[in-house]
Amino acid sequence: MQPTTLALVLIALSVMGFYLGRNRALAAAGGPRRNLRLHSLPDYYGYYVAIWCLLPALGLVSLWISIEPRVIEALVVSGLPDAQRALSPGQLDLLLNNVRNVAAGAAAAGDSDTALKHAAASFQEYSRASRQLLAVASLGLATIGGVVTLRHISADFRARNRVEDAFLALLIIASSVAVITTVGIVLSVLFEAIRFFREIPLTEFLFGLNWSPQTAIRADQVGSSGSFGAVPLFTGTLLITTIAMFVSVPVGLMTAIYLAEYSTRRVRSVAKPLLEILAGIPTVVYGFFAALTMAPAIRRAGEAIGLEVASESALAAGVVMGIMIIPLVSSLSDDAINAVPRAMRDGALGLGSTRSETMIRVILPAALPGIIGGILLAVSRAIGETMIVVMAAGLAANLTANPFEAVTTVTVQIVTLLVGDQEFDSAKTLAAFALGLVLFVATLGLNVVGLQVVRKYREQYE
Amino acid sequence: MKARAAELSTRGTRKAVEAGLGRRHRKETLFHMFGLLATAVGIVFLGIFFFSLISKGASAFTQTFIELEIEFSEEVLAPGGEPDLQYADYDALVRDALWREFPAVTDRRERRELTRLVSAAAGYRLRDAIAENPDLLGARQRVSVPASADIDMLAKGNIDRNQAAAQRPLSDRQLHWIDSLAERGRLQTKFNAALFTNGDSREPELAGIQGALLGSFYMLIVTIALSFPLGVAAAIYLEEFAPKNRWADLIEVNINNLAAVPSIVFGLLGLAVFINWIGIPRSAPLVGGLVLALLTLPVIIIASRAAIKSVPPSIREAALGVGASRMQVVFHHVLPLALPGMLTGAIIGMSRALGETAPLLMIGMVAFIVDPPSGFTDPATALPVQIFLWADSPERAFAERTSAAIIVLLAFLLVMNLAAIIMRKRFARQW
Repeated sequence: MQPTTLALVLIALSVMGFYLGRNRALAAAGGPRRNLRLHSLPDYYGYYVAIWCLLPALGLVSLWISIEPRVIEALVVSGLPDAQRALSPGQLDLLLNNVRNVAAGAAAAGDSDTALKHAAASFQEYSRASRQLLAVASLGLATIGGVVTLRHISADFRARNRVEDAFLALLIIASSVAVITTVGIVLSVLFEAIRFFREIPLTEFLFGLNWSPQTAIRADQVGSSGSFGAVPLFTGTLLITTIAMFVSVPVGLMTAIYLAEYSTRRVRSVAKPLLEILAGIPTVVYGFFAALTMAPAIRRAGEAIGLEVASESALAAGVVMGIMIIPLVSSLSDDAINAVPRAMRDGALGLGSTRSETMIRVILPAALPGIIGGILLAVSRAIGETMIVVMAAGLAANLTANPFEAVTTVTVQIVTLLVGDQEFDSAKTLAAFALGLVLFVATLGLNVVGLQVVRKYREQYE
Repeated sequence: MKARAAELSTRGTRKAVEAGLGRRHRKETLFHMFGLLATAVGIVFLGIFFFSLISKGASAFTQTFIELEIEFSEEVLAPGGEPDLQYADYDALVRDALWREFPAVTDRRERRELTRLVSAAAGYRLRDAIAENPDLLGARQRVSVPASADIDMLAKGNIDRNQAAAQRPLSDRQLHWIDSLAERGRLQTKFNAALFTNGDSREPELAGIQGALLGSFYMLIVTIALSFPLGVAAAIYLEEFAPKNRWADLIEVNINNLAAVPSIVFGLLGLAVFINWIGIPRSAPLVGGLVLALLTLPVIIIASRAAIKSVPPSIREAALGVGASRMQVVFHHVLPLALPGMLTGAIIGMSRALGETAPLLMIGMVAFIVDPPSGFTDPATALPVQIFLWADSPERAFAERTSAAIIVLLAFLLVMNLAAIIMRKRFARQW
């Protein structure tokens, strides 16, 4: 039975369980008219049976399906001739892939390759047996669950409380998915990064000045020694982020001030949604714009005044990234400015200060913590931004602070290291996870501090 | 005496203030102007952005066709007497038709240049035409076939014919031929249906976004099916049931931070967990959907919590007062009232997921895939990834198609966001 049909059958079973449970409860009460003798509403008895019918069986199915491929692989491998069982893990993987393809009918085994044919046949056999076993086991579990719970039902049975407990458990599980995701990120990145640091020392990675991740594939290959000094990536990221901040902080802050203090209601009601469009444009679109419109424009402008500008200059990527971040800075600054109590503003204006003086000398200092928290969040956003730099910044790891030259960033390198087919165990791909770890730790730190500052600041005036 | 001194000093202060007033007002105006300028920067950029996008991309929705007098000769289509319409040499028909148009061209190299005026896919057109109308066999009819990408670019004015011959993709002879075809009224501009009905291709005039659209569609289905129920359930628990303890605080901080984790890190998670550990095939919409579901989960949780918070406590109290359990209060009263807000959040989350690119690069959805996917585990790309792939192609014609694909993507996002805004307006309640 296919997993989807199996799931449908299970759902049908539990619907049946619902009606059986409901009817049984009504019968226990002595007929539909006398359902006030029941502890809970009749439907809850039905839900109770349905839950016990469906959930354990569905749990079994999903567990089974996630384990099944490994078990079948192990069984197939154990049935292989000794010569093939002694292969290296990589070659064994390749072989298993062939087996799977032949079994699925996607590829034909050569006539001479009887071992492959045999393995494919046993693969099919095992899959079929596993599916049959699964169908029997899960349907059996559903039936047992249904029957046992049905026998529980009596007029005094507290069905609602049981059903609500089950619901609460589901809600708790759902709310811990977010925590599990974080743990998953940390573990997966950390695990691979540790494997990387076993090959490349941590100090070389953090302080090395030379980044060229081409490792030798064959032992006798020349020129691809592979060096993993990530400092040029860090400085490149920092350079582009700084440029982005030079664009987004003044513009975003002034926009927030203008919209909060100077603009008429009508201007604000037009300008605000327009600026929010900027935040909704996908980053790949910004990347396209940076690479095909902004970079050539900056290059031409540079040439006009006699500057040498690389075609993938840090400036183009940084400026476009800055524009992307304007709405973030402006909305967070807006929040901070609006949180300053009205009385402070009125007091300053009442003493005769102009609006700009009120803003610069009173409101901004009062709002500063909130604004700085917002800027930290914006920096974290800029560091983690990927598509703009992948499309508009370079690949060469130059150690430079010149915004007209091409630099590369952490995110660009993660993408280039992992896109395309390659062996997963090489230092080259593991390096991507080490960079991912750095990225995660850096952005997490900025976010925690930024969010904390923003929250503390908001509470201060409440 | 005292009063007089005070009067003098006020007068002094007044004078000092008045003396500085002009300078202060000038500063005020300057500050005002800076604010205006800053606001204008964002909006002007938006204008430039859309202008450059539309001016580049709008032309991709039309395509240049060349009308050729095709002779569906039996010699070519049925060489052994029996017509083999599936695998016949249709390219030969196109070639013959072109050579008939220009009988003066006899040199082999020139003839090859001549055939390059039409797209490599011209033959398929003929196959479709004859499949539709088998009577064509042996007949002669005018059929319009797609022109090659370079001709298309020339017709749209994207290739400068005054450039030196070595620098432009078309030779002088080709320009001459195309002009003479245009004079005979054989050049046509039609709606570019291929853009929406074809998968990816190496030939720009054949490349379309259907595969990418389908890939995005399958992915979003997985995403919404997972992240909406999970997000709503998590929000209900956190708002209505969670005790105020450290665990709840941890989840709270965790969700806020997760919303700000760079999307590429989610891609690393997907690669390490879903592909290498669980073993779901690479490039499958299923993996993409799972990763995007985790990515949009915080957005949906935050929006759903806000929606639940906005339901006034009096409703809860009234329900509790007539004897409902807490679970009944939530599912019978709070949830129906909060649902529009939650759905708005879900739509916004989906529009973010639709535009997300970086995590999809990590899980191998960047492959060159011609066939549109037909399921959740078929290899596929997504619309933003297709944009990324085309943006990398050097041909001028691909730049135009990239812009067109971006316009389509933005149109989808616009529709989604409009739906969210309308929903918010329609169901907004003042308590």
